[in-house]
Amino acid sequence: MSGIFQRISLIFRAKTDKALDKLEDPRQTLDYSYQRQLELLQKVRRGVADVATSRKRIELQANQLNTQADKLTNQAQKALEVGREDLAREALTRRSGIQQQLSDLQVQHAQLQGEEEKLTRASQRLQAKVDAFRTKKETIKATYSAAEAQTRINEAFSGISEEMGDVGLAIQRAEDKTAQMQARAGAIDELLASGALDDPTGTAKDDITLELEQLASTSDVENELARMKAELSVGPSAAPQAIEGQQAPSQQPPSQQPPTQAAPPPSLDAQPPQEYQAPPTQSQEAPPAQPQGDLR
Amino acid sequence: MIVRILNEGQWRLTDEAVRGLNSFDDAVEQAVTAADQDQLTRALHALLDRIRTSGTPVPDEELADSDLILPAADSTLDEVHQLLSESEEGLIPG
Repeated sequence: MSGIFQRISLIFRAKTDKALDKLEDPRQTLDYSYQRQLELLQKVRRGVADVATSRKRIELQANQLNTQADKLTNQAQKALEVGREDLAREALTRRSGIQQQLSDLQVQHAQLQGEEEKLTRASQRLQAKVDAFRTKKETIKATYSAAEAQTRINEAFSGISEEMGDVGLAIQRAEDKTAQMQARAGAIDELLASGALDDPTGTAKDDITLELEQLASTSDVENELARMKAELSVGPSAAPQAIEGQQAPSQQPPSQQPPTQAAPPPSLDAQPPQEYQAPPTQSQEAPPAQPQGDLR
Repeated sequence: MIVRILNEGQWRLTDEAVRGLNSFDDAVEQAVTAADQDQLTRALHALLDRIRTSGTPVPDEELADSDLILPAADSTLDEVHQLLSESEEGLIPG
């Protein structure tokens, strides 16, 4: 084996030698080196925690996106039930955008998980080596011969320096990757906040929900009207027309367009945006009731 | 002979096993020279797999210097170049 691997090994060794050269009295600086190792160990542990935080954030975002995708599927289903293919199409188009984001997040999640495992393993390895170094350090301190101490110090230092170099690289790498992920996660947060992906907490209603609610409450009104008329019809002043209205639900095809309104527009909690409001119908001339079944 | 795979740890290899690795080394060097990421990834994977299967892991608590240091399997060309650039400081925390 030669070539680039030899070069990489030489670089590591050169750096170890340089580190050793700085030490005027290696025996006294063993403790200082040990402190540096403990600091690096702390850094690795913080790195593991950072990666875990990033991973959890991605999991949270994926959950939010999943909820959103399910909601859009339901919306598409409801829209189809009331014969609004245009709304269903819009909902499914949005869902496919969200699914793209989701698959991107899954890739990132797998990467972070891999990074977390490697760092955890590196942390365990470094911990074991630092423990070994501490043991050696005490042995070396008890050594009488300076020459022998020097040899042992060199062994201990080069072994631990190489490990520290490796772990140092791993930490740097994990930090870079985590920073990239954070930036991407921030972009998705912004997207969620801007309403482009809607608010999955359900505090704000999106336009599709509003329109579906409007359709549903319209039909609630129709049902209520039909029920009241049916009650009237069993009374003494029952009119044949009202009876006809009572039977209407089972005879009306549910896909009839547009829904005829026999009552003023619903004024429930929904505040429908103007551009999505259903076209007004001539309720005065319309037959008394044409309920379209329960839309909810 | 002790070989370190960056980010993974150390393996102890017999001289015979090491001799079998020479062709892999050439493949990696060619990929770096040609700046071919796919080729580099393939070559590194093949080399590291061979080391993991033919070597025995050095125990965590053993402090030993490696004779060879190899990049991680998923290293990018940039990372390998960075390893090779001696101007880079701070690789080894003293």
